[in-house]
Amino acid sequence: MCLVARHLEANGIPTMCLGSALDIFESGRPPRATFVDYPLGHSAGKPFDPADQFGIVRAALSGFETMSQPGLIQRLSNRWDAQGEWQNGAARAKGGDTRQPRDETPQFQEPADRDAARANGLLRD
Amino acid sequence: MTVAYMQSIAERYLRLGYAPYRWFKAEDPPAWQPLTKPLSAARIGMLSTSGAYALGQVAYHYKDDASFRRIPASTADRELRFSHLTENYLVDARRDPGCIFPLRALDALEAEGFIGKLANEVFSCMGAVYSQRRVREELAPALLAAFKGQEVDAALLVSM
Repeated sequence: MCLVARHLEANGIPTMCLGSALDIFESGRPPRATFVDYPLGHSAGKPFDPADQFGIVRAALSGFETMSQPGLIQRLSNRWDAQGEWQNGAARAKGGDTRQPRDETPQFQEPADRDAARANGLLRD
Repeated sequence: MTVAYMQSIAERYLRLGYAPYRWFKAEDPPAWQPLTKPLSAARIGMLSTSGAYALGQVAYHYKDDASFRRIPASTADRELRFSHLTENYLVDARRDPGCIFPLRALDALEAEGFIGKLANEVFSCMGAVYSQRRVREELAPALLAAFKGQEVDAALLVSM
């Protein structure tokens, strides 16, 4: 994402990255970033909490008007839980590989999605 | 303390005997392009790297899939799908896409007048492309052309 943001910005499009991995932003140095300290998979807010989601997106977009130099990361004050304990589990290096097998077969979420894509003429098999 | 993802992933791969993952480390400061109009008058584009696709589109594959999807901004939540190399992070997104694919939030901010206009289509890709070369040479230029085609004034990039 940081590579894409830097490319867009260098070619005239202002960008704002919104995400939940501060160290990856610090390494990739996008032009503007908004960090929300939530578990990965929730960079736009808590599930079924529109107020939280809208607030985060609004805060991120506000950065286009408030951030005035490249490479800054604004940190939102939102907290995932009162104790802030989720971070301990997320930082574990133990455990197996959580990634899926890597091949070039489309990995549809639902079996019926394959039929829908085929009906649109987008799959050959 | 924030989570040290890069360190924990590096340690996990080392323990599993995998080759080290090479994170992108920017050596130069980023470019800078100010927004030249108020947000309330701006046309906003969006990219999500969560592997979102709309029902009827083809899902992503997990071997450096450098393609992207154009998803109509009017797509209903129940027609949004996700496929991503690290599917374990998508449990909530598959119940409520708004936690990672903020179409409804952007709709609301447009209705309120906070932003001028949301582009008619938003873009999505599968962020786990391990080849930096393919991101630089394929994905980034394709997305630039797509955003230019929309004549957006700014782009919100939402990561997994």
